[in-house]
Amino acid sequence: MRLPLLALLARGPAHGYELKQDLEQLLGAAYPQPNIGQIYVTLGRLEKSGLIEGEEVEQSSRPNKKIYRLTAAGQEALSAWYEETSDEPRVRDEFFMKLALAPQTGLADQVVLINRQRRHYLNTMRNLSKLATADHRDNRIALLLIEGAMLHLQADLDWLERCQEELEKPE
Amino acid sequence: MSDAPTAVLRAEGLVKTHHGEGAPAHAVRGVDLCVRRGEFVAVTGPSGAGKSTLLHLLGGLQRPDSGSIWLDGERTDAYSEARWAVERRRRIGIVFQFFNLVSNLSVADNVELPALLAGVSAKRARAERAELLAELGLAGKERSMPGELSGGEQQRVALARALVNRPPLLLADEPAGSLDSKGTREVMRLLSRFHQRGQTILLVTHDARLASAADRVISFFDGRIADDVELDGAPSSGAGVPAVLELRD
Repeated sequence: MRLPLLALLARGPAHGYELKQDLEQLLGAAYPQPNIGQIYVTLGRLEKSGLIEGEEVEQSSRPNKKIYRLTAAGQEALSAWYEETSDEPRVRDEFFMKLALAPQTGLADQVVLINRQRRHYLNTMRNLSKLATADHRDNRIALLLIEGAMLHLQADLDWLERCQEELEKPE
Repeated sequence: MSDAPTAVLRAEGLVKTHHGEGAPAHAVRGVDLCVRRGEFVAVTGPSGAGKSTLLHLLGGLQRPDSGSIWLDGERTDAYSEARWAVERRRRIGIVFQFFNLVSNLSVADNVELPALLAGVSAKRARAERAELLAELGLAGKERSMPGELSGGEQQRVALARALVNRPPLLLADEPAGSLDSKGTREVMRLLSRFHQRGQTILLVTHDARLASAADRVISFFDGRIADDVELDGAPSSGAGVPAVLELRD
């Protein structure tokens, strides 16, 4: 959450609730929204590490709100973020270990495991395609997020297929 | 079979071996299958698993070495080539990966042709064609030639052609196989829409995204059905959609 918050503040100072709304608008309702508490905690940490600074602003009928702005160090951290490439996604290692160790435990058949996992992915895929056609048709960024999730899931499904092909072959 | 009365399509013990150069390829190795009215079934599996051969057997485009197929409860073993051709106009619509439109006929003629061949009046064929093309977002393209259209548009024309005689069963063989992501989404949307109106569909695809539009998915491996599952979209155990969408630092 830290760097996205810095990125949102690059446009100008804002308070916590505004940042939450900005995120919601950008990513649509499909994206599991961070709760406001999480945002305040992260802002507190960013302030402590000197990447942002906050200023209390008095409000007539409500408690004070804190407006945050990027510091020079924050600017730099953000630029560094944009300079880096991001890490590759990882294979579902928990399932992989389950599959790899199944014959030794005698507790599960590998093909049964694969089929069950496939059912699970397919149901998630179906829900994602529903999301994509339902409420998010107009939000390009949200659609790209959903499509990215679908393509990852598709790769996982293709990989399950490879596992099945390989493990059904006699050794 | 208790569900036989409502089965649009039923197959038992289907076997097909291709004898080409080299070792015989066992494409379909004993398949039992039942597709009920109104179902949308996807058959998925790696390329070479035999799923296209299965679809060809079910549409009478190839003959099984053994096993039987019933259409609407009627056994098809004795059907001649000519009879299958008639059934493919009346009872089975088919769309293919490469559209297979007649390149020197206009869009309108491509769609109307199967209706005219089935003995429908020219007037009614025109009306059906107009309705389908409008439905598929192709109004205004009637006079275009297939070669002037994008892949996605050609596949929609192929879909109109397959549905013009309102067949009880639609077979689709990798219908998005030569389309880009956007074209794939479009095909998904249209298949879902026709299915919602009651169209029975059997789709063969290696694309899990496309398969997830169906409400039943059959996994096909090495000529056999490895799994057959109804997708209810209910999150089973585990995290499901929120977890795959969540962005993490």
